[in-house]
Amino acid sequence: MAVALTLNCAPMDGRYPNPASGAILPRAARPGAAPEKANSERNSKDMTEVNQFNALLGKIAETQDKRAFADLFEHFAPRIKSLMLRLGTDPHTADELAQETMLSVWRKSHLFDPAKAAASTWIFAIARNLRIDRFRREKRPELDPNDPALIPAAEPMADDQLEANDQAARVRECLETLPKEQRIAVQLSFVEGLSHQEIADRLDLPLGTVKSRLRLSFSKLRPMLRTES
Amino acid sequence: MIAHHPGDDLLLSYAAGSLGESWSLAIAAHLALCPVCRDAVAAAEHIGGVLLDETPAETMTAGSLEDLLTRLDEAPVETFEPVAPETAVLPEPLRGYIGGDLDNIPWKSSGGGTYQHLLSTNDLAQARLLLIPEGRPVPEHGHGGRELTLVLSGSFHDQTGSFGRGDMEDADEDLIHTPIAGRGEDCICLAVTDAPLKFTGFVPRIVQRFIKI
Repeated sequence: MAVALTLNCAPMDGRYPNPASGAILPRAARPGAAPEKANSERNSKDMTEVNQFNALLGKIAETQDKRAFADLFEHFAPRIKSLMLRLGTDPHTADELAQETMLSVWRKSHLFDPAKAAASTWIFAIARNLRIDRFRREKRPELDPNDPALIPAAEPMADDQLEANDQAARVRECLETLPKEQRIAVQLSFVEGLSHQEIADRLDLPLGTVKSRLRLSFSKLRPMLRTES
Repeated sequence: MIAHHPGDDLLLSYAAGSLGESWSLAIAAHLALCPVCRDAVAAAEHIGGVLLDETPAETMTAGSLEDLLTRLDEAPVETFEPVAPETAVLPEPLRGYIGGDLDNIPWKSSGGGTYQHLLSTNDLAQARLLLIPEGRPVPEHGHGGRELTLVLSGSFHDQTGSFGRGDMEDADEDLIHTPIAGRGEDCICLAVTDAPLKFTGFVPRIVQRFIKI
């Protein structure tokens, strides 16, 4: 079964042995975390936080508000750095990539559309692409939303369309309810940037098991994009 | 309507940023033609956003915010100037790799009436455009690994089904097939392979040594 052996890219350079590579568990799963009943309370707090990030991005786009930028930096830069460290980047480069990501956020803030993405999702994508540019000497092929060849989605009914923030909140809830082994596979893929083969090696599992765990978790996450009907 | 989609594992890896350039190119081109998979990738990117939010904060180097604030004024705001033509057959990001649309592909004969153009990507996999004349077969072949085939124009069918514009065949090493281009229009595909194709006939194997498929 050599199918996916070479599917993912070669290991990135700058691998750094990460002393703190404990898995990031969703809050509910951490020892001593608030019990489940606090869920709705916490989610409403999350939503306030999320809306606040959107508002900060709006201010940056409209008035080049440096105060808003500083607030956004305080929240995201240390987390981008943390993500980069977990992806095997050395501390100096992780710091640089966090700064570069935030600089990009400043420059692209007018392209942020809160109807299409949550702030954290949008910033994640920028950080991901900068990291690829830095380490792989590969391009990151991306579609162009204004491409005339793009086939648009069927026009959704206004009521059917979930706000991006709601989608992110649902994905968050769903991640917290995934069985532990599925969640770990998702984390290793996203947070540690491991290929499916690398995840299989790390967990000492057959490749097929890793794939089916990821498939299962994704099949639970996908419907989160749709309104319940 | 698009009937054939890439596997979820590819969409997840694309969203996570762990997929190599050639595969990403095929996925991105499919996404341009497939709103369903665009939604799926958006869902997967939310995973990244949520995990970013939940990552415990690291300490930034002292003074990094101040440094960055002084750089902001020099940073040009990225302006958005669509330079896209009014119509296009090939979707982005593919046109960028070719420097144009269908008419600009520098085809080279690969025998049997078929043509190919190797795309320059920097990972270990090989991305190529294939032109199969209408009604003609691609010699029967298996794969040393995975093969993604995205139809860009025309159609083809093989043992597993029928594929039109936007459809992606996601084949593994177990599939040995003889794709045949549909009638009426040449079939143009983007194909990505992580290992050389294995032709099963003798003559194609000889040809392969020369054309380096």
